Amino acid sequence: MIMETVSGLSELRKRAAEQFESQGYPTTRNEEWRFTNIAPIVKAQFPVAAPVVAGPSLKDALEADPELIEAHLGRYASTADNPFVALNTAQFEDGAFVQVPANTVLPEPIDIEFKALQGRTTHPRTLIVVGPNSQVQIIERYSGAGKYFTNAVTEIVVGENSIVEHIKLNEESREAFHVATIQARLGRNANFKQHNVTLGGALVRNDINAVLSTGSEGTVNGFYFANGKQHIDNHTAIDHAEAYAASHELYKGILDGHSTAVFNGKIYVRKDAQKTDAKQTNKNLVLSENASINTKPELQILADDVRCTHGATVGQLDQEALFYLQARGINKDEARNLLIYAFARDVIERMGVERIRQYLEKALFEVLTHKSFAESA
Amino acid sequence: MAKSPILEIKDLHAKAGDKEILRGINLTIYPGEVHAIMGPNGSGKSTLSQVIAGRDLYEATKGEIIYEGEDLLELDPEERAQKGIFLAFQYPVEIPGVSNLYFLKAALNAIRKQKGEPEVDAMEFFNLVRQKMSIMEMDESLLNRAVNTGFSGGEKKRNEIFQMAVLEPRLALLDETDSGLDIDALKVVSSGVNALRSPDRAILVITHYQRLLNHIVPDFVHVLAEGRIVKSGGKELALALEESGYAGLEEFAEIAR
Ligand SMILES: Nc1ncnc2c1ncn2[C@@H]1O[C@H](COP(=O)(O)OP(=O)(O)OP(=O)(O)O)[C@@H](O)[C@H]1O
Ligand SMILES: [Mg+2]
Repeated sequence: MIMETVSGLSELRKRAAEQFESQGYPTTRNEEWRFTNIAPIVKAQFPVAAPVVAGPSLKDALEADPELIEAHLGRYASTADNPFVALNTAQFEDGAFVQVPANTVLPEPIDIEFKALQGRTTHPRTLIVVGPNSQVQIIERYSGAGKYFTNAVTEIVVGENSIVEHIKLNEESREAFHVATIQARLGRNANFKQHNVTLGGALVRNDINAVLSTGSEGTVNGFYFANGKQHIDNHTAIDHAEAYAASHELYKGILDGHSTAVFNGKIYVRKDAQKTDAKQTNKNLVLSENASINTKPELQILADDVRCTHGATVGQLDQEALFYLQARGINKDEARNLLIYAFARDVIERMGVERIRQYLEKALFEVLTHKSFAESA
Repeated sequence: MAKSPILEIKDLHAKAGDKEILRGINLTIYPGEVHAIMGPNGSGKSTLSQVIAGRDLYEATKGEIIYEGEDLLELDPEERAQKGIFLAFQYPVEIPGVSNLYFLKAALNAIRKQKGEPEVDAMEFFNLVRQKMSIMEMDESLLNRAVNTGFSGGEKKRNEIFQMAVLEPRLALLDETDSGLDIDALKVVSSGVNALRSPDRAILVITHYQRLLNHIVPDFVHVLAEGRIVKSGGKELALALEESGYAGLEEFAEIAR
């Protein structure tokens, strides 16, 4: 264990441990976990290990400047609401730390990579602190082989008037458990974009939470592609805490095989958050009759002068479009892939890092052409 | 050597679900010919064109379609297209997320592959597309847009004929390509179609209006009613129909009885 020297932090961790003790693992009786049964994670009981991180290490940063970390860590992601956040806070051993000083524009994206250890639980912890008037892009990637459990927490502080783009790629193994929370705090007039891509994992739960200050703009986009018996649950919560903030949300999912998915999108508009402009969209393409999605917007609006829109769709491949392509000589399989790809494309194209866009287009193309659909059908 | 037909439809019956739509169609088309099919709404004109193109919504319950000596009903829609059948849709489909250019290239390569030709090279494709677009008086910006997405009615119809011009089919089926076109667009589309006319190709146009047939002059005109061809004739038949309407046809009175 680490960091026992930092008294404030050890206090925080002790409290988190107690909170986890008293809450226990969530069950499906808990409304927030109604469609996601995490019993297999509890049952597996993989022993805890330190995560393997490529990128700027949190542990190193803690040793170098404990006060800096302590000023932020655990102050955004609530250990009271989510037992997995409490567990991570109590038990994390390493993770990543990114600090961008004020008035700084980083020309290249920062990469953070977590490679899971087979048969182990890891609690990757990431802290991103961006000062005022700065700009940065960060890519957080999770991958591994075999069975394991990743329980990640990422806290992001976006300083006043700063621009931050954060991409999370879940490329966990098909047998992995992955639970993660991303908690962002936007300063005045800040602009934050989060892209949450889930391709891997047997059982996945993401909580993406953002709290918006006056004049800020938050974008949370997501893409999930579930196949076989995968279960992918995305919960998002946008908190319009102050006035004049805008939020945009687009989540798109493709479901095949016997997969299941959950989308729950919360938008809170606080009493003083006048002139809020919030938009939420969830679109699903269901390719197999054995796959299903549970999608639900949850809007809580306490201010009166606001604009909030939401919409969800669940559809199959457009047979008319399929025939149109075939009638021009394009093979049925290829036509199908083209349409699936076209569906996913606009979320991928919204990402600001070209190499990630190219990578994902290629990854998607490979998933589509390697007949995993035929196998699962 | 006597010419053999490009398309032979014999006693074709087809249904969608429980609904019988085509009830014994007979039609033979030789290379070089232009045939027009007219007929009231709901008589089965689009169904006929879709059955020829291979839409699986419709089931052929009886009869046969022979295309260049081959049993067409055995082939997938893409195989039919690869072998030179082209259907210009009455209602072209919007495909968001797929660019017109990408789509057209994939279509052209599928056809070339069937012929044993290599994939079209970028420069050659570019020149081909430029040339056909200018014939169709189409705005080049349409190329980079998603297939038919947000196109006006007229733009969609032009796009169909533009695709046909690039793909150069042996048998073109044009389902109400003239509907919704203003007179200038009609001229452009017609000249696009006429440019394709050749001794080894055939064209089947479905229309409600004589004005198209002033531009694309047919060799034969057929009237379809309730799933059957009730009358055939030369181009003068279309003129007669324009005068007196379908109700004026003796054959119609018979059905009505
Ligand atoms: N998929 C289908 N399922 C059920 N009925 C269908 C289907 N497709 C067509 N029909 C019916 O078959 C009949 C013929 O339709 P079709 O579209 O072929 O007519 P059409 O001659 O092209 O008419 P129009 O001139 O209006 O384009 C109509 O009554 C139509 O409602
Ligand atoms: Mg029709």
